[in-house]
Amino acid sequence: MTIEVRNIIKRFGSFTALDNVDLRVDTGELVALLGPSGSGKTTLLRIIAGLDWPDSGSVAFDGEDALSRGAGERHVGFVFQHYALFRHMSVFENVAFGLRVQPRRVRKSEDQIRARVKELLDLVQLDWLADRYPNQLSGGQRQRIALARALAIEPRILLLDEPFGALDAKVRKELRKWLRTLHEEIHVTSLFVTHDQEEALEVANRVVVMDKGRIEQIGTPGDVYERPASAFVHSFIGESIVLPVEVREGRVRLGDRELALDSSDARPGPSKLFIRRHDLAIGPAGSGALEGAVKHVRSFGPTQRADVLLNAGGEGTLIEIDAPRDRELKPGDLVGLQPRRYRIFAETA
Amino acid sequence: MTVVTTTPIPRFEVAARQTAKSRRDVRSEPWLVRWLIIGFAVTFLTVFVVLPLMLVFSEAFAKGIGYYLQTLSDPEALAAIRLTLLTAAISVGLNLVFGVIAAWAIAKFEFRGKTFLVTLIDLPFSVSPVISGLVFVLLFGAQGFFGPWLASHGIQILFAVPAIVLATTFVTFPFVARELIPLMQEQGAQEEEAAISLGASGWQTFWRVTLPNIKWGLLYGVLLCNARAMGEFGAVSVVSGHIRGETNTMPLLVEILYNEYQMVAAFAIASLLAFLALVTLVVKTILESQIKEGRPPSDD
Repeated sequence: MTIEVRNIIKRFGSFTALDNVDLRVDTGELVALLGPSGSGKTTLLRIIAGLDWPDSGSVAFDGEDALSRGAGERHVGFVFQHYALFRHMSVFENVAFGLRVQPRRVRKSEDQIRARVKELLDLVQLDWLADRYPNQLSGGQRQRIALARALAIEPRILLLDEPFGALDAKVRKELRKWLRTLHEEIHVTSLFVTHDQEEALEVANRVVVMDKGRIEQIGTPGDVYERPASAFVHSFIGESIVLPVEVREGRVRLGDRELALDSSDARPGPSKLFIRRHDLAIGPAGSGALEGAVKHVRSFGPTQRADVLLNAGGEGTLIEIDAPRDRELKPGDLVGLQPRRYRIFAETA
Repeated sequence: MTVVTTTPIPRFEVAARQTAKSRRDVRSEPWLVRWLIIGFAVTFLTVFVVLPLMLVFSEAFAKGIGYYLQTLSDPEALAAIRLTLLTAAISVGLNLVFGVIAAWAIAKFEFRGKTFLVTLIDLPFSVSPVISGLVFVLLFGAQGFFGPWLASHGIQILFAVPAIVLATTFVTFPFVARELIPLMQEQGAQEEEAAISLGASGWQTFWRVTLPNIKWGLLYGVLLCNARAMGEFGAVSVVSGHIRGETNTMPLLVEILYNEYQMVAAFAIASLLAFLALVTLVVKTILESQIKEGRPPSDD
C-alpha cells in the first residue's frame, strides 16, 4: 500500500503546524519522520491516520482518496506514544478489541479470535502476559502489546507515534532492533515519528526530516547524513562544528581571516560553515585552512578530544575537535585544521 | 562562638547528625500536643456529629419499635417515602445522562465558551436552594413566565410532582458532572482514539472504553447526587405547596410533624434519612478506595 500526501496545510489557530507538505511512501517501506518537537511530524501522522483533518490538501492510499473515510475505515494501525492501552481490559482483550468491534457479518468466531490473538502475542513474544492488565506491565511490554493490538486488524499501513519515546535508553535500543526485524517479517508499509536521529537513521529505510511544518529533506539515512540539503538538516543530524562566515567575491572569510576553502557553489553573504568533527584533519600550525591554539585535552575511548581556540573572529571561536589517540597534544600547542569535507549554507534571515 | 574539642569531628558528620536530629523533631510532635490535637478533634466530632445522630435514633424509638413501624406505615408517611424515591430516581437518572454528556463535552473537546460552561455547571452549588426553588415559581407560577400558557393547557407543574423533580434535578446537577470532569480530563482522549482507529463506532467506543474507565467515578457522583436528592429541603419546600399525602417529601414531612409536636413521628422519618446517610457514607468509602486503585476490580 502506498501513501501519497499532497499539499497538506494544517493550522491550529495562528500556528501553522503543516505548511504545504508533500510526501510519498512506497509499499513495504519503513519511513521515519524526524524533527524537533513542534515540527509537525505527529500532526502529519495523525492526519494520515484520520485522527486529525487537514485544512487543505489530499491524502491517498494506493491512489484512493483517504480523507473521505473515517479513521476506522482506513485500516490503519496506530501505535500511540503513551501506548493508550485500554486500562480496564486484560492484555488479551486489548489485542482482541479490534476483532470484537467488527460488524457482525464479518466478525470472526470466538475461536478464530482466540487463535489470532495468540498468534499476535507470540509475534511480540508476550503470550505469557495474556491475563495481565496494562498497569502490571513494563513500558517496553506495553509498547509491544500496543503494537500487537494495532496489528490485529491486519492494517494496510502501520503508523507509530514516537514509539520508543517514553522508554529508557537500553529498552529503546532493543526495541529498535526488534521493530526492524518485525518489519522485515510482516512487511507492512510503516511510518514512524521520532525526534531521535539515531533511532531514525538506524531503523528506517528512508528518513523525512521536518522543521517548522515543512519537509527539509527526504532521503536514505546515508543521504541525510552525508549530503544534508540545508543548514537545519546539517545541524540537526549528527554533530557539526558550525562557524559563522562571510562569502564575498568567491572567498570565505571567518572574522578578519580569509579561509582557503572553495566556495564556488555558495551564495554570497553571511553564511554558516558546517564541518563534521571527524572530517577535520589536524596538523602542525600553518597546515590547514583554520588555525588555533589548544586549550584543553581530554582523552577517553579510542580518541582524544580537544578544545581549540581559533585565531579568527574577534576574541576567537572555541571549537571541540577529535584527534587520534597517538597524536600528541597539550594545552598551548598551535595547530592547523584542514576540513576534508564541509558545507556552506547561506544564513537564513 | 568558640567550641573546644580535643578530637575535631569531621564536618560532614556534624551535618549528618544535625539532619538526623532535626528530622526526628519534624516528624513527631511532643505527646502532649499530639493528644491535645487528637482529643480536640474527637470531642468536636462527638458533640457535633455522633451525639445528634444517636439522638435521632433514640428519639425515633422512644415509644418502642411497634410505634416506630406504625408511624412509618402511616399513609402520609408512605406517600412521602414514595414521592422521595420517585423524585430521586428521576433526577438522578436525568443528572446521570446530563452529567456524562457535559463532562464528555468539557473533557474531550476544545470549544469556545468552555470555561463559561464549567462555571455554569457549578451554579447550583453557589446559589441558595431557596433561590433555586423561586426560579421555578417565577417560571411556572400563575403569574410566571410560562404560567398562563400552562394554565390554558391544563398542565400543573408548580405545587405538583413535576416542580419537585425539576427543583431537585437543578440543585443536584453538579454532582455527577463535577466528579467526572477531572477524571475524564486526566484520562485524556487517547484510548478513545485508539478504539476508533481500531474500527470501533462511537457507540462501541463509549460502552466499551469510556464508560468502563469512568464507572467508579460515575457511581460516586450518582451516590452523592442521590443523597442530596433525597435530602433536599430548601428548593423543594418553595415549589411543593406542602399538600399532605401528595407533594410532601420526607424532609418536608419531618418539618411538618415537628411543627405539630409529633416528635417521635418526626424523628422516625428522620431516622430513615439518617440511615440513608450512613449507608451512603459506607458505600462512598468503598468507592473511593476503588477509584484510588484505578484498576479493574479483581475478577482475575
